[in-house]
Amino acid sequence: MNHAARQRLSYDGVVVAAPVTVPYERYSIESAQWWIGRALKGLVESSGIDKRAIDGLVVSSFTLQPDSAVALTQHFGLSTRWLDTVPLGGVSGIAGLRKAARAVQAGDADVVACIAGDTNQVDTFRRTLENFSRFAQDAAYPYGAGGANASFALIAQHYMKRFGATREDFGRIAVSQRANALRNPHALMKAPLTLEQYMKARPISDPIHLFDCVMPCAGAEAFLVMREDIAASLKLPVARIAATIERHNAFPDDVVQIRGGWARDIGELYAMAGMRPDDLDVVLTYDDYPFVVMMQFEDLGFCEKGEGPRFVREHDLTIGGNFPHNTSGGQLSVGQAGAGGGYLGLTEGLRQVLGQAGSTQVAGARAALASGFGMINYERGLSSGAAILTGPSS
Amino acid sequence: MTQPLSPPRKRSPLNRTLAPSQPPAARSRTSHGFTAAAAEGRFALQCCAHCGSFTYPAREICPECLSTELPFVEAPRGGVLVSETTVRVPADVYFRERAPWRIGLVKLDCGPVMVSHLHGDCAEGERVAMSLQLDKSGQAVAFAKPQQETPHMQDDRQWREMTADPKFRRILVTNGRSPVGLAAVEALLKAGARTIHVGVPENWKPFPEEERLRALDGVKLVPLDLGDERSVRDLAADIAGKTDILVNTAEFVRPGGLTDRQGTSFFQMELAETYMGLVHLAQSFGPAMRMRGADGIDSAAAWVNVLSVYALANWQPFGAHAASQAGCLALSHCLRSELRSGGVKVMNVFTGPIDGDWFQTLPPPKVAPRAVADGIVSGLRQGLEEVFVGDVAQDVRRRLAANPKALERELG
Repeated sequence: MNHAARQRLSYDGVVVAAPVTVPYERYSIESAQWWIGRALKGLVESSGIDKRAIDGLVVSSFTLQPDSAVALTQHFGLSTRWLDTVPLGGVSGIAGLRKAARAVQAGDADVVACIAGDTNQVDTFRRTLENFSRFAQDAAYPYGAGGANASFALIAQHYMKRFGATREDFGRIAVSQRANALRNPHALMKAPLTLEQYMKARPISDPIHLFDCVMPCAGAEAFLVMREDIAASLKLPVARIAATIERHNAFPDDVVQIRGGWARDIGELYAMAGMRPDDLDVVLTYDDYPFVVMMQFEDLGFCEKGEGPRFVREHDLTIGGNFPHNTSGGQLSVGQAGAGGGYLGLTEGLRQVLGQAGSTQVAGARAALASGFGMINYERGLSSGAAILTGPSS
Repeated sequence: MTQPLSPPRKRSPLNRTLAPSQPPAARSRTSHGFTAAAAEGRFALQCCAHCGSFTYPAREICPECLSTELPFVEAPRGGVLVSETTVRVPADVYFRERAPWRIGLVKLDCGPVMVSHLHGDCAEGERVAMSLQLDKSGQAVAFAKPQQETPHMQDDRQWREMTADPKFRRILVTNGRSPVGLAAVEALLKAGARTIHVGVPENWKPFPEEERLRALDGVKLVPLDLGDERSVRDLAADIAGKTDILVNTAEFVRPGGLTDRQGTSFFQMELAETYMGLVHLAQSFGPAMRMRGADGIDSAAAWVNVLSVYALANWQPFGAHAASQAGCLALSHCLRSELRSGGVKVMNVFTGPIDGDWFQTLPPPKVAPRAVADGIVSGLRQGLEEVFVGDVAQDVRRRLAANPKALERELG
């Protein structure tokens, strides 16, 4: 069974448009349905599209129970001929984009609303941890009930020892993202963060400290994936999908996780896009923890495995720097709106290549890479994905 | 280095007793294969019957060959601690009250990686020995200890949370007249028990070991007739709030089954002493112990029942006795469920015929009272739920697991 690798179809004829962010709130008394509905309204308002023209919907949310996506069609008065739910946390955005793009390309839908949103009520976060997955419930959560912080601490601790990364290296990532966030009016974190403050923060689960952690919040992110001709008729600014990858359970034999699935698929990503890492103007990694960002710098091909610490020391990751990264401030400074965290990089990347990023705009950004990571089902993050978006003048 | 425990100070009556909370208890049904192993102190993992690979966490499908045959089998305990963290801000009440709490990733020699609680003397990069323990929810968890014995190892804070170590605890042994009760008192004292109240039924009747018992430091004889509700209540009024481990050694052994006994008086007496005795004890001591499950290093920790292994499968020559023991076993399961919310373990110690007066005519093997006492102490120190002492008890347990019908014919 040795099938020759087949050339993947490009995403010709499909475009991405109308990035929407419903401004986050630390705690909300509203439901996930409310947040997702607000995002849908944002899509309609910003694109000027008739709601009845939306014939596809893909949704990601941790807090939608007992509803699934189909309930939302009735709730929102949509009549879609294509529907999907993507329960992939940090990879929700990439996976949703991929599914929607192929559906549109194949003619199963013309306009797909891609939405991720979650509410955050006072007890939401703890309940999500408690019920995250069966393996976590059986074999991770009963061990100190530290949730993702403890699980990622075990991976980070091992990574630091193996590759000589220090907390200062991680701190550089967090500090530069905070600098970016100060230019984003929607970021929940509004105070500057110094490396000294980062280092002095209280420990949460060694080596994870306070500013390594995202703040769970309520919010929603969304965009449209649609036929190119429909977008043109609406005169919508659009981006193209140059390439995508997705992988689950990539390296089960790594005793402790040192890489995500990108390391396996990155060749395909750049080959499909016809680009090299240097060709990217903005990089938006999945930043549930700074060390996960560092892992992505390695696995996405910006440096070799183990070179992440050096890469961070040698680059300026701010909007005006030589490696503009997580320009919105990322989840670390904007907040993590549940599954919305898996969309944050895509909506920001879309704004960047459309020239709509306003105060966080990287001058002349034409190509953006957004990556996703998630689903710590037991002791490692299982899912990874990435997409390269290119703007109109690219 | 583990700091040896210091003797607990006298409690201030002004302080509120910490109400017990539980670690996360939800588990998949398959995962209770670990519970069964932990209850007996075995280390078992799922091992694929087809490809032979060990797997973890609990699964229904082998990730190597997709077989559905994944029995739990004894597994090698060795591994290496490859990463560790100290959880300082847990998400639930139980661990918040006990933070900081150390956990780690252990790469087992036999393959899988386990998230595990850590003994304080475990160091990153070093070898560890794994066990399955029952936590304060009564659920199985992985626990890593250093491979070599370390000083005061048993006193480790996280280890003590998994066990019911008698050290510094206050204990009630219900029957000082019985050989098993006597041996238990001596073994528990040796294991570091702070005080032991020893029940003496029919207090007015002298017994040969009385003077020796009285002379033991920390031992106090108290009148206790288990069949008499009033007697149990009176004692509980004095000591229920300061009983950390209750060892119920109630015994009433008379031969005979149903048709070869004349009349019913022995049936009533054995039920009064054993079944009703357990009812009286549970009602009088249970609520107070359940409230004190998180009360410091000498919290209420365990309830021990010494039961005949024939509670599991009736043995006709002592059939009525076995039936009363079966009743006690059923009660113990009820009690286990009721004490769980307090984090108090219920441990059943199953024995074959004990070497003593009541089984005098039986041929060997018989269990020495001393062996039962050692089983109690080691079970408490390991935090077990089921202990089978001696060859007969082990034999019955294995035969029962293999084929209950065969055992029924063999015993009858």
